[in-house]
Amino acid sequence: MLGEALFFSAVLFVIGLFGVLIRRNAIIVFMCVELMLNAVNLTFVAFAQQYGAGGQVFVFFVMTVAAAEAAVGLAIIIALFRHRQTVDLQNINLLKG
Amino acid sequence: MLPLLQAAAAAAHPLDGTAARWLWAVPLLPLAGFVINGALSILPAYHAGAADPGLAHGDGHGAAHLETETPDTAGAHADDHHPVKRHRYAGLVSIIGPGVLMVSFLLSAMIFFAMRGAGGGAMTEPFIQRYFSWMPVGDLKIDAAFHLDQLSMMMTLVVTGVGMLIHIFSVGYMQDDPGYPRYFSYLNLFVFFMLLLVLGGNYPFLFIGWEGVGLCSYLLIGFWFSDKANADAGKKAFVVNRIGDFGFLIAMFLMFANMGTLDFTGVRAATQSLPVGGALVTAICLFLFLGCVGKSAQIPLYVWLPDAMAGPTPVSALIHAATMVTAGVYLVARSSFLFSHAPVAQLVVVLVGAVTAIFSASIGLKQWDIKKVLAYSTVSQLGYMFIGVGSGAYVAGVFHLVTHAFFKALLFLGSGSVIYAMHAAYHHTDNHDDAQDMRNMGGLRQYLPITFILMWIATLAIAGIPPLSGFFSKDEILGSLFARAEHSTIASAHLFGLAGSVWLYFSWALGLAAAFMTATYMTRMMLYTFHGPNRTGEAERSHLREAPWVMTGPLVVLAILAAFGGWLNLPELIPIGRVGLLDHWLEPVVGESTRFVVAGAPEASPGLEYGLIALAVLIAVAGITTAIIKLKPATLVPKREAPQEEGFERVLLDKYYVDEIYDDAIVKPVVGISRGVLWRGVDAGLIDGLGVNGSAYLTRFVGWVGSQLQSGQLGTYAWVLALGVLAVLGAFGLR
Repeated sequence: MLGEALFFSAVLFVIGLFGVLIRRNAIIVFMCVELMLNAVNLTFVAFAQQYGAGGQVFVFFVMTVAAAEAAVGLAIIIALFRHRQTVDLQNINLLKG
Repeated sequence: MLPLLQAAAAAAHPLDGTAARWLWAVPLLPLAGFVINGALSILPAYHAGAADPGLAHGDGHGAAHLETETPDTAGAHADDHHPVKRHRYAGLVSIIGPGVLMVSFLLSAMIFFAMRGAGGGAMTEPFIQRYFSWMPVGDLKIDAAFHLDQLSMMMTLVVTGVGMLIHIFSVGYMQDDPGYPRYFSYLNLFVFFMLLLVLGGNYPFLFIGWEGVGLCSYLLIGFWFSDKANADAGKKAFVVNRIGDFGFLIAMFLMFANMGTLDFTGVRAATQSLPVGGALVTAICLFLFLGCVGKSAQIPLYVWLPDAMAGPTPVSALIHAATMVTAGVYLVARSSFLFSHAPVAQLVVVLVGAVTAIFSASIGLKQWDIKKVLAYSTVSQLGYMFIGVGSGAYVAGVFHLVTHAFFKALLFLGSGSVIYAMHAAYHHTDNHDDAQDMRNMGGLRQYLPITFILMWIATLAIAGIPPLSGFFSKDEILGSLFARAEHSTIASAHLFGLAGSVWLYFSWALGLAAAFMTATYMTRMMLYTFHGPNRTGEAERSHLREAPWVMTGPLVVLAILAAFGGWLNLPELIPIGRVGLLDHWLEPVVGESTRFVVAGAPEASPGLEYGLIALAVLIAVAGITTAIIKLKPATLVPKREAPQEEGFERVLLDKYYVDEIYDDAIVKPVVGISRGVLWRGVDAGLIDGLGVNGSAYLTRFVGWVGSQLQSGQLGTYAWVLALGVLAVLGAFGLR
């Protein structure tokens, strides 16, 4: 049971990671980050089956933070779009040194 | 200071509880004078509201500003229409400057009488006053301590006594100088360091004084530093002296490394176990002597002393004639126990002294600047002193040191008085001729009668006419040298394959020849300055006047000392008073070393000694007569009309071109290497180019590489992050 859950969460995590790494649309990248968070959540829950409820408590924290982060992140993306008329990350390089 | 005073010695000393307990105050009083005068010198020089003469008249004015006189400032000088403005604190400084010296001198006189009461020359142990532990490093313990014995007592009296007279003279000579307090603060500081030098209880403590007097010499040579020539002369003195000090330092290192102590008493004890003429003691002595060669202006390091005449004339009298330049002679006498153990080093000392004596005396024959004559004369007389202390006749050398301090200080101050009058005369008529050139003087005896008589006394003293002081001291040096050439440890030593005896006879001959020249050039100076017709100028003549009493007073005192100084140490053959006072007085300090050198030689027969004395007098008289017969002051013309000298006279006038040779052989290569290699190559190329700018370029390059990584592409950052995480995890996994 644990093994399958961990495998599944690993798959989810890697999908999320690759999405972050290779997609150019900021919204999709953002969604992939959420995917990675949820993959971690799944791991927590799976371990909570065996090691007590601490993991489930953590999941609540992560979900709370993820909700707040989604609000802030989407707001940033909207602001970006208003400013630049695009959400393509390759066109957004204000951090260039 | 007093709470720091520890018990002087475990055993009771005869000087305990006498005036000697105030020994520390003798040097500290001039130091206090330095502090007060130095503080006054940085306050505004003139009363508010009054126009600052320093601004109106260039950087200085007044009689004392002679040597830096330039045509454009001279015309603006104060004269009868512009009364001279004195420095605001001149009155206070005139009391403090000479005052501290007077108290110091009285105190040392009290200590002297206490010492006489304690047995004088019979007091065998030095009186040592320890103040604090200065350098306790491992086994080396160097105390700040004063070492009072008969030698340092005598030097203290000379330094404070002659110093006091010269301070008083300076009150008149420097009265109108804007730097009046600064002058006295330097002069006080000099006396402080000179007293440290003669009272220091160990070599490093002596060395503080040694360096300190060098500093004050530098400051006072360059006293009128706005003239570049003066500043350069000061620099030259300082640099040349550093070469000698290097030798002194090496000697101290050798002593410490091999004897483990630097106290006079400790080194004296350690020397007893060393082999006579051994490499170590010879090396120590030669390096010490290198220090003396620098400080006391002997060949090859004498070149700074004639240039040092750029300073005010009283400074030349005090520092560059009477006291500081004799420090080397004092050091050899102080280290007599070392030198007596190194006959070869002694031979070197005698030879250098003898060659210096005749070399500089010959230059003195042809100088026109009155102070330059005296400067070369000083170098020459210092050579005599080294002949004395070098040949193990320590008392004779020190005796000549004392008498020379009297008559040479008198000669310098007398020349100061002449220059003062000459300058004042030129000043009144806005004449810009050289006030120090003897061709512009002549016939001054009717204008400066007191100076004229007093300077003749000093001239006869230095020439060696009995019964004046110089006769006794010079005769004792040459007589001792002659006796030691016959039989002594030095005579049995060898140098460059020749027996010491040969070298000593050779030096004796040089000394006699130099004595002849001394009499000649001094008479020449007197003839050209005071005799014959006056060449100063028609208008100037009426302004030539004798100096005020504050200047002639010290001259009179010095003249008495120069005349009767010989009574300090009368030879047994001429018992016109108590004989051998100084011999007896210095017996505990140098007696043992002297006897060691003489090595039990039989006394010279009275006949021979009378013969030597007669020869010395004959030579002095011959020198004076030669000058009187040969020289025709009447035919001399003022400097600006004088023709160029020809032939050997020209070589003498140009001082054998030694300065030029040193310039080409040493100064120019050093400057060239410094400029080409050290500056352009090492400093600008290596340090600035590779080190400073190179590291800056490297930093900038690394920064540029880093900036290229900052693409601003989030994707790239995410890749780097992911790969980094993988790498870290992989590293953990592999572990």
